[in-house]
Amino acid sequence: MLDPYLALLFMALLAGAFALFSVTAAPYIGPRRYNRAKLDSYECGIEPSPKPVVGTGRMPVAYYLTAMLFILFDIELVFLYPYAVAADSLGLFGLVAVTVYIATIGFVYFYEWRRGGLEWD
Amino acid sequence: MNLLAQQDGMTHTQQLLADDPIWLVLLKVVVLFAVGVVLTLFMINWERKVVGRMQQRPGPNRTGPGGWLQSLADGLKLAFKEDIMPVLADKKVYFLAPVISTIPAFVAFSVIPFGGEVSIFGERTVLQLVDLPVGVLVVLACSSIGVYGIVLGGWASGNPYSLLGALRSAAQVISYEIALGLSVVGVILYAGSLSTADIVEAQSGGWYFYLLLPSFVIFVISMVGETNRAPFDLPEAESELVGGFHTEYTSLKFALFFLAEYVNMVTVSAMATTLFLGGGRIPFLGPVNGWIEFVVFIAKTLLFLFLFIWLRGTLPRFRYDQFMKLGWKVLVPVALIWTMIVFAIRVFRTTTGAESTAALVIAIVLGFAAVLTIAFMLPDRTEDAADVELASSYPVPPLDLAPPGRSRKRIARATPDPEPALTGKED
Repeated sequence: MLDPYLALLFMALLAGAFALFSVTAAPYIGPRRYNRAKLDSYECGIEPSPKPVVGTGRMPVAYYLTAMLFILFDIELVFLYPYAVAADSLGLFGLVAVTVYIATIGFVYFYEWRRGGLEWD
Repeated sequence: MNLLAQQDGMTHTQQLLADDPIWLVLLKVVVLFAVGVVLTLFMINWERKVVGRMQQRPGPNRTGPGGWLQSLADGLKLAFKEDIMPVLADKKVYFLAPVISTIPAFVAFSVIPFGGEVSIFGERTVLQLVDLPVGVLVVLACSSIGVYGIVLGGWASGNPYSLLGALRSAAQVISYEIALGLSVVGVILYAGSLSTADIVEAQSGGWYFYLLLPSFVIFVISMVGETNRAPFDLPEAESELVGGFHTEYTSLKFALFFLAEYVNMVTVSAMATTLFLGGGRIPFLGPVNGWIEFVVFIAKTLLFLFLFIWLRGTLPRFRYDQFMKLGWKVLVPVALIWTMIVFAIRVFRTTTGAESTAALVIAIVLGFAAVLTIAFMLPDRTEDAADVELASSYPVPPLDLAPPGRSRKRIARATPDPEPALTGKED
């Protein structure tokens, strides 16, 4: 008997092998005609904006509040799934518990909304 | 989850899949991969043809019979294009990003229940690669991991357009995934399982798309947002960001991003079929031959894929703040409240005895949902715009940007011209 997760691994390996092969083979299959301008970053024909040499430097992220709220909600979701599966056997107790749980996160969500954390400027 | 399976005993599907010999598993992996690629090629072509028809033009019709080989030709052509590594790119990440976005796309594809029991080379099995007890979670997880490829690719390109596209994509996927996940909760509650085959099985009494209509609507809207498709295709908004996150990508690397995007579309469509349209089942019929179920499943999936194309051909692209507003201020609260209501209804229907207590608790839960609804409908606090201090006396256009009153045409019509119109040529 095979572990069912092994099939997922096979799939990942096949997809990964295909993708890696494509990415590696691309420079060898295609032509190579050197042109300095071609290697600049594409900014609609104007001179590319200057950037640090290593990576692209740090950038301000405007939506960190959204990201934090996402983490909150994602954790809520992950705990709602087991409840949804077992809801029938948990009965009323489960319903009360999950209501308190959603209320907690709903309050935080509502607070962030009213404080303007969800506005996009 | 193994514990759970042992307690209840494995389902018939899981039993059949567990007995698969390794050659059959490998065969299924290869065939599934091929199905993903072929559906992608078909989908690109179909999309171009349908959008073409919607815009009063024939679409691709030269390559192969009826133009159906156009995307294959395009794919081959892409392989023979020059592979460019921009000077500013972060070499390793730029190289790996397409791989990172391709792998989860195909992995998510493998839990889809394409059809029922069949016999392949004398081996009884099910037209499904794996039936995990956490099947739905695999799809959600893979769709989140897929965005890493986009973000890393956009960041590593060293291009402002790519970076903006990538950041938008990240914000978009995390915003719509909440609504997507919440809409699935109702289905899991009714099916009592996270396994995709069980969910299809549970729908033999009635499809969930009408039993859980709000869930279905939220799922369909957020699946379009999740896959970065029009009208939510902000990460690659051509009019704003050139190509978005794949501006700097060429050749097969670009093709991989394209492949991942379309495979993701097929996956979410297949998930919508599984969760809400009863998988490969035909209404009023029990399980039929597995191959027939496969055909029905593909037909239903194509229905959703057509919806994708239809939306693209019809709707203009959202503005970014409108898009975020729709996600966080409409879909999430509605999904949250609906989830509460579904919980309450379900518990009310399954609880036996202690009717008065049950009714009381359920009333409280519904009341809480109502309070939530009212809370979310309160008007936003708006601050009065401060008076603008002008830096100079240079004439500026009106800053309040109020729409003009009546249009010039109407004003002209309301006040007839005092001078008579010129009727003829003067001598």
